[in-house]
Amino acid sequence: MANLQAIRDTVAEQRIFLGRLFVAVIFVLCASGVVVARLTQLQVIEHEHYADLSQGNRIRIEAAPPTRGLILDRNGNVLAQNLPAYQLEMIPEQVDDIDDALDALIEAGLVNGDYRDEIRDRIRRSASFNPVTLAERLDDAAIAQFARLRPFFRGIDIRARLVRDYPHGDLAAHVIGYVGRLSAQDLDRVDTTNYAGTAQIGKTGIELTYEDLLHGTVGHNEVVTTAEGRAHSYAPRTEPEPGRNVYLTLDLELQRLAETELEGQRGAIVALDPTNGEILAMASAPTFNPNAFARGMGTNAFATLQADLDRPLFNRAISGQYPPGSTIKPILGYGALVSGRTTATRVTHCEGHFSLPGSTHRYRDWKPEGHGIVDLSEAIAQSCDVYFYQLAQDMDIDLMHDFLVQFGLGATLGVEIPGEKAGIVPSRAWKRESFRRRADQVWFPGETVIASIGQGYMLATPLQLAHATAAIAMRGQRAAPQLTLRDEDQLTGASTEYEHSLLPAVGHADEHAWVHVVEAMEDVLQSVRGSAFAAGRGAQYDIAGKSGTAQVFSVAQEEEYDELELDERLKDHALFVAFAPVEAPRIAVAVIIENGSSGSTVAAPIARALTDAWLNR
Amino acid sequence: MFREEAQLQRGTNPTTTTWFARAHIDPPLLAGVLLLCAFGLFVLYSATGQSSARTMAQAVRLGVALIAMITLAQIPPVVYRRWAWAGYALGLILLLAVLVAGSTGKGAQRWIDIGFRFQPSEIMKIAVPMAAAAYLYTRSLPPNLMSLVALTAIILPPVLLIARQPDLGTAILIGASGAIVVLLAGLRLRVIIAIGAIIGAALPLLWQQLRDYQRQRVLTMLDPQSDPLGAGYNIIQSKIAIGSGGLFGKGWTNGTQGQLEYLPERSTDFIFAVIGEEFGLLGVMTLMLLYLFVVGRGLYIASQAPDSFSRLLAGSLTLTFFVYVLVNTAMVTGLLPVVGVPLPLISYGGTSMVTLLGAFGILMSIQTHKRLLPR
Repeated sequence: MANLQAIRDTVAEQRIFLGRLFVAVIFVLCASGVVVARLTQLQVIEHEHYADLSQGNRIRIEAAPPTRGLILDRNGNVLAQNLPAYQLEMIPEQVDDIDDALDALIEAGLVNGDYRDEIRDRIRRSASFNPVTLAERLDDAAIAQFARLRPFFRGIDIRARLVRDYPHGDLAAHVIGYVGRLSAQDLDRVDTTNYAGTAQIGKTGIELTYEDLLHGTVGHNEVVTTAEGRAHSYAPRTEPEPGRNVYLTLDLELQRLAETELEGQRGAIVALDPTNGEILAMASAPTFNPNAFARGMGTNAFATLQADLDRPLFNRAISGQYPPGSTIKPILGYGALVSGRTTATRVTHCEGHFSLPGSTHRYRDWKPEGHGIVDLSEAIAQSCDVYFYQLAQDMDIDLMHDFLVQFGLGATLGVEIPGEKAGIVPSRAWKRESFRRRADQVWFPGETVIASIGQGYMLATPLQLAHATAAIAMRGQRAAPQLTLRDEDQLTGASTEYEHSLLPAVGHADEHAWVHVVEAMEDVLQSVRGSAFAAGRGAQYDIAGKSGTAQVFSVAQEEEYDELELDERLKDHALFVAFAPVEAPRIAVAVIIENGSSGSTVAAPIARALTDAWLNR
Repeated sequence: MFREEAQLQRGTNPTTTTWFARAHIDPPLLAGVLLLCAFGLFVLYSATGQSSARTMAQAVRLGVALIAMITLAQIPPVVYRRWAWAGYALGLILLLAVLVAGSTGKGAQRWIDIGFRFQPSEIMKIAVPMAAAAYLYTRSLPPNLMSLVALTAIILPPVLLIARQPDLGTAILIGASGAIVVLLAGLRLRVIIAIGAIIGAALPLLWQQLRDYQRQRVLTMLDPQSDPLGAGYNIIQSKIAIGSGGLFGKGWTNGTQGQLEYLPERSTDFIFAVIGEEFGLLGVMTLMLLYLFVVGRGLYIASQAPDSFSRLLAGSLTLTFFVYVLVNTAMVTGLLPVVGVPLPLISYGGTSMVTLLGAFGILMSIQTHKRLLPR
């Protein structure tokens, strides 16, 4: 080794090495130059392009749903509010396989399998960057479960959202209505952009009618997201505009009383202020708990509610059409007086039944032995049917029709919530238009007879009866019934008042006729012979009213009516209308108890309870 | 032998008065390395998503690596020359052991468990150029064909073993470190051209030997958009990170690509993209200048080295270091395929840090022991 090294030309070796080192330096500088050139290309020349890409990478625009407006009673008691709840949401564009993810979530019991198609449909319809709700109101167990599964579900996360809550449960449920899951049909009629991030929408009642006001306007957040698709931070881009609060005309206490009175029965109560049409209470029994809808109920639960024979979802106060029975007698009496078909002094001899000339068919009075000799006033107070059978002959059906419709019967009154029915006030023209077969289009004299006691074709809703009673109370002045007072801005409290609107007044303004009819209605409750004397006893104010008993089932000729033997659902409906105080009316009430048998003994005390509660405050 | 021992003895007798010389430390190289490491820790804190724990762990590794560097600087080059074959043999045995009984990590068999996890390929990063230089020390330069065959026999076995793990990046770099020794030794141009032609002809053959993911990386580099969410994702996100950094960057810990984890391997192989994003062109240029300073100092030490072993070793270690920087930066900027080479002294990770600083320790040894040796 040593001798080998000895013959080496170390100087030449170093010269070669230095030459190679020089080449290496050139290589190092050139290679560095290439990298620097590349960096300059990326960071200077194409900087804006990459800056945009980086921005697009991390910033996602996400809808910020507005806070739904509250629903309150006339005194500011909250009837519908929003509570925070956790819900499971999906950002479709961040999910690799939506079907797989949904199936896995259903498998894990986090998403209800019944809604799979519906959710799929919503995902298809919504913009892929907007969150779609998969499950609402997750409980602690579900939240804990998802926390474990979260790493496997990219683009799916739990978000705190506000969910509708009805603090008084079933109170005024038919008026307030409820919100439910945003369905495909809902998406067809709303602006989907404005509902991005919203899971619920008004389905019925005030929640439906005032949906636009209550919902508000959607805002947007800039969400900084990690590569995993998780939100890193939020910054508002446009603030959502919260929905407006809606104040109802309802009085929480009076409403609660009305519903308590109806408990365990089927029926409806409408109480309103005759001076302006504000509805103070609107109850329909049986009722339901709207929270079940807001919290999302299964198809089975909903089917059960719908199949219930008592129809709890049905708002009897505006959709229930009942024969008005004797409650229309004061209207007919007024009509007969102002049209000169009768006078205050004219009397009829009531023997308990009535027959048309040339016919043997007997139209019975509710009192088999008859009322004896009665004038109009006594006929109203004692609810003599025979007097009105006779009166109907003098008035004829078309004139009766003309007066009844002037009091708002036979047409909808335009109250704010959906489902209002028009009822029927029959006439010759009505019958011609309503029946297909020529033989059925003929008006028979007997139909006029039973129309005089609010039977036969005649139908009216509890709301119409309350309104007609208010019209009597106001001596013909009619205010359109309304359920809402005003709406207000959630943030500033600035409010928009809703004006009362008047309907055409009852014609032939005749002060004497009014006094006569109203006094007769006072006698119903305050005269010893009045049909509802028991219910009127001890009132601290003057109260007027009229009982009604509507036949559900026609009793055949010569057959005895035996209440006990009749099936419960074939019993007569009990009705009562009332207003008070007589000289300066502040409340008009209509009460109907389905199959309640007797208006004066079942319905009248309920009406009295409401007037007491309202006037003795 | 005896003469050398005697010279060694005299070496301990100080002829210079500086503390650094006595401690066998080269101040410019130390300064460059420390600046790079400090910058590395600073960036790493941000690149680990502001993890103090991981930054501290890296600082501890850095401390261990610095001790290794200073320790290796104390050993005179002659000792390295004498023990070069022993180191090479040990490395080869360990590589074979890995092949037989190594533990698997990230789909490759690279680790061996001897109390701690250890990659034998790291030893080879120094042992291969050292063995090649030691061999050439015994031959007259430029190397003849006989030497070339011998050098191929030295370099190729470890390269093939590492490529089989498979760790193509490290295999290529170790091959390069050996090749650099040969090139610096003065291999004639016509031989270089001939070898180049042979390798060029062998490329299609090599292509068939590559694993699927290795081929994919090459294809992806050629067209990253062809698979934006798969193999091309890394390069696309890395280019976005660097490009969006612009001239001055988004600021420390403010890089969205890195902080929000769009950038994969942000604290290891792709940490250069974090620097580009957070410190901009200014930051990466500063880093490149620091690297060039260290490389320049290394090449200067090589040029001043007293014998062919020291020269070739110093030149190879320095240039291999540069190749690391080059391959990583070119990979991260999309100029080369993703080969899994960390950014030296900056990327998070232990073994490579010790190897790199160990190499600088050997450079310091070459620089600080030479004055006492004859020219």
